[in-house]
Amino acid sequence: MPEQSQAARPHQSERPPLSERPMIEIRNVTRSYGAFKALDDATLTIKEGEFFSLLGPSGCGKTTLLRMIAGFDNPTTGSIAVGGQPMEGIPANRRPTNMVFQSYAIFPHLNVEQNVAYGLKRLRLEGTEEKRRVEEALAQVSLTGLGKRLATELSGGQRQRVALARALVMRPKVLLLDEPLSALDKKLREQMQVELRRLQQAVGITFVLVTHDQYEALAMSDRIAVMFGGKIAQIASPKEIYQRPVNRQVADFLGGMNFVKAEIVEEDGASLVVDTLGFGRVKTDKPKAFVRNGGAATLGIRPERLRVLWDNATAKFEVAGKVVERHYFGEITHLIVEIPGLEKPLSVTETNDFGADDIPVGTSIRLAYDPEALVAMAD
Amino acid sequence: MTALRRFRPGAGWLSAYAFLYVVFLYLPVIFLPIFSINTAATPKFPLSGFTLKWYEDLPRTPALLDAAWNSLVVGVSASILATVFGILAARSITRYRYPGRRAINGLIMAPLVLPEVIVAISMLLVMLQLGLSLSLFTVVLGHVLVCIPYSMTVLTSGFEGFDRSLEEASADLGESAFGTFRRVTLPMVAPAIISSLLVCFTISLDEFIIAFFLTGTDATLPIYIWGQLRFASKLPGVLALGTLLLVASFLLMTVAEILRRRAARRTQNEGGLYA
Repeated sequence: MPEQSQAARPHQSERPPLSERPMIEIRNVTRSYGAFKALDDATLTIKEGEFFSLLGPSGCGKTTLLRMIAGFDNPTTGSIAVGGQPMEGIPANRRPTNMVFQSYAIFPHLNVEQNVAYGLKRLRLEGTEEKRRVEEALAQVSLTGLGKRLATELSGGQRQRVALARALVMRPKVLLLDEPLSALDKKLREQMQVELRRLQQAVGITFVLVTHDQYEALAMSDRIAVMFGGKIAQIASPKEIYQRPVNRQVADFLGGMNFVKAEIVEEDGASLVVDTLGFGRVKTDKPKAFVRNGGAATLGIRPERLRVLWDNATAKFEVAGKVVERHYFGEITHLIVEIPGLEKPLSVTETNDFGADDIPVGTSIRLAYDPEALVAMAD
Repeated sequence: MTALRRFRPGAGWLSAYAFLYVVFLYLPVIFLPIFSINTAATPKFPLSGFTLKWYEDLPRTPALLDAAWNSLVVGVSASILATVFGILAARSITRYRYPGRRAINGLIMAPLVLPEVIVAISMLLVMLQLGLSLSLFTVVLGHVLVCIPYSMTVLTSGFEGFDRSLEEASADLGESAFGTFRRVTLPMVAPAIISSLLVCFTISLDEFIIAFFLTGTDATLPIYIWGQLRFASKLPGVLALGTLLLVASFLLMTVAEILRRRAARRTQNEGGLYA
């Protein structure tokens, strides 16, 4: 399989700009079970050729939404259109979507070829066309030569590829993926992330991925919708979601974040000036959806945006504190640093190239930061 | 360690116990084929000589052939009916969650432990109250009742763990509801269904008490055998017939168990045994 290191963050590789044509339009969709709303007034547009992820903890409504796009469930209110065509009343077997199931749902009584050809049988293709398309799909997922194997003779990763080939061979407008990598071990999962992303760019089909794994979503997607409790909290690019989360919940879900209480001093259309105890007075961009709640606000800074200052090095912006805990993780070290005035100590992530793993607990250190990295957010 | 060993019977004693246990279970059954190939008309040792004449006489007994035909008719009808009801019940028990599911399952399985003679008498009373005249049809009804628990056992183990997403995947790939049933559901559960048919047929073939109470003038094989026991001279023929029934039951049950396991493997191993 291909090299690991270079492709760890495939979304950063250059690709042609996306088409602006909408492929899936979800308008005010709610799905209620009695009084419980599994999905609450969701509105979003997924563009043609986009790799779009629905990210959230279990029970956030992401799978419900995916199943409604596929036609296995119907909105209580609201509408879904795929490729400009309203989907209301159209059953799953007549929708231009295909799905990769979490359990893969490989037909155990059929071999790999028969599994992949399952949907083609109904199309009654001419001559050797069916065989050709099956071969092509198997080649796309690197399963050439395994066509005669039974499903029970395949490894987890291979089953995953069969499920992928079986859906891709139908040439859907949209490929839906329901936590497709969750059953794989870590190494294989990372490898499949890279492959899935490459495959998506090669075939140019719109992919909609459901996942609870933030790294998976960050690594593969063009855009991500973060969901909590049936509601969409934020829709943005991976970078935007990670660097500018709209609220504490989103920030927390996507990796570590240090939260700092702040007092609003000045507010205008684009920026906020706040006073904090540890970081002093800071001017930051005002988030789009910022709603002022009295004079208080919250600032956040990611642990890797704080850097240890060695010896006599100085920085334009720095805070001083004392190391109270140290946790070693191989390539990185996690330092917990107490800052006078802050009610919670800061979490700092340092790569282990300068000896952060050797800083004794109790050492007084200074941390450098970029005020740009301090982001204001709703609570 | 020493304390543990004291309470564990010696391996020698355990083997002896296991051996006696199996002998107790199967010794009486072994006598059947042994005496059925003995030349003497009375079953006693020492054996007097080898013969197959008792077997050769069987097809020349019209009453026996009638009884065999009756048993076949009853067995086939009862196994098909019991399996159809079993499919519906097993599908409901394994697929849906609803209040009273366990209670219903218990009630369906109850005939397994009810005294058969009581069930037979109760059924007889009901049939007579309904004004049904006793015939092979009433025997079929009785056998359906006793077969359903067996059918349920086989079918639930075949249906359990049937991944619903298989049917969804089929629909997702463009297949209609009927096409999905024909191309996915049926092939996957077929071994369990055939297994259920075989088990029910075997149960019906061997069942005596209910058939005895509910049949009119038509005898099934066990009833025929019961009738023949009055005549000492017919005993070797009965032993020969009994041996054939034994072998048939054994073969049918073996095939049924193989199929049941295959069905269970198909549905349950899905989802990454090798993942």
